[in-house]
Amino acid sequence: VFKRFVEIGRVAFISFGPHAGKLVAIVDVIDQNRALVDGPCSGVRRQAMPFKCMQLTDFVLKFPHSARQKCVRLAWEKENINEKWAATRWAKKIEAREKKAKMTDFDRYKVMKAKKMRNRIIKHEMKKLQRMSSKKGKKPEKSEKPEKPEKAPKSEKAQKAQKAQK
Amino acid sequence: MAGEKAAGEKKPSKKKPAEKKPAEQKASQKEAGEKKKKIKKHHASRNPVLARGIGRYSRSAMYARKALYKRKYTAPETKIEKKKKEKPRATITKPVGGDKNGGSRVVKIRKMPRYYPTEDVPRKLLSHGKKPFCQHKRRLRASITPGTVLILLTGRHRGKRVVFLKQLATGLLLVTGPLVVNRVPLRRAHQKFVIATSTKVDISGVKIPKHLTDAYFKKKRLRKPKHQEGEIFDTEKEKYEITEQRKSDQKAVDSQILARIKKVPQLRGYLRSTFCLSNGVYPHKLVF
Repeated sequence: VFKRFVEIGRVAFISFGPHAGKLVAIVDVIDQNRALVDGPCSGVRRQAMPFKCMQLTDFVLKFPHSARQKCVRLAWEKENINEKWAATRWAKKIEAREKKAKMTDFDRYKVMKAKKMRNRIIKHEMKKLQRMSSKKGKKPEKSEKPEKPEKAPKSEKAQKAQKAQK
Repeated sequence: MAGEKAAGEKKPSKKKPAEKKPAEQKASQKEAGEKKKKIKKHHASRNPVLARGIGRYSRSAMYARKALYKRKYTAPETKIEKKKKEKPRATITKPVGGDKNGGSRVVKIRKMPRYYPTEDVPRKLLSHGKKPFCQHKRRLRASITPGTVLILLTGRHRGKRVVFLKQLATGLLLVTGPLVVNRVPLRRAHQKFVIATSTKVDISGVKIPKHLTDAYFKKKRLRKPKHQEGEIFDTEKEKYEITEQRKSDQKAVDSQILARIKKVPQLRGYLRSTFCLSNGVYPHKLVF
């Protein structure tokens, strides 16, 4: 049922508080509610932190309990947690949310245009397939085609979204 | 470094007074005039303070210490002399008709008032800092700079996105569509009824004609009642007609701005679109 456990070396994401949005490693457990936590590569000083504000990630580091900051840092950099974190869907969703909130009026317009264009292309292809299937009966080609037109407009939209974000 | 600079400064200053004497004759009137105009350094107070508000020397002693006997100035006399000659006439002699009246009368030009009201007009209390509208300070939000795209919120062009040109003397903003893009002409807009977006068009080289002032844009109204009440309502300007000057000014400004707009991709379409709110869109959460 539970896949992520609180253990020494577990990397956690801080969801609220003064260090919201940063990653830390659990160094030791103090009591039922608090852990000794350290984030040398993310700018969090070694401190006690309640479990409530931590959300566990999939990453576990290897170091003995109460290891000093230097050891934590070595383990962190060996596992390359910062890059691995940036590659996770979780981090990407957070980033996308931030970018959406920062969108200016002009960016919103550009995104609207990109979405409209993409939807048009998809609808066009769908209509084509529907017409074909209604005319000539069911064809095996149907399964191949819907994938291609979706990918093309997706990449266009991603480009537009990147432009807008810049 | 500082020591050398100070020494360097001292030398030219020492040279100057030595040079002054021979140079005064040579020196052009400019320099002498400049030296006279340049107020020489003020001396510190020559009246040492004994206690707060009490000086060491009396008024007469200070007169002597400040050498005010040497420093007596009179205003340039020439103007006074001129004015003395040009006193306004107090009386005028006017011819009078009739046989035995003598030819003329001497009449005062400025006469005493013929009526004094029973109660004097109450004296207005002194007020401070109440300026007329033309002298008010005009402010402009920092987010509004020339070339900013604004969203108009009121008026017949509400919701339209428009390019800001400059702030006029009354504080209103001069704004243009451009006309071909969204049918907004050169127009005034009020700062308070406008949202400034962060999108800016580069208007650095654009020349806006100088005759575009508040008087140019002010609404004109004819009101000459001709005592024929039935017809008055027709003669006043019902339909606003676009003058040729407005058209030419519009073209002159817009042609410059359109060139800049075309350089930014999708900006023309953006200016053509209107702003609207829909479900889940809250203005206080939007970043403009």
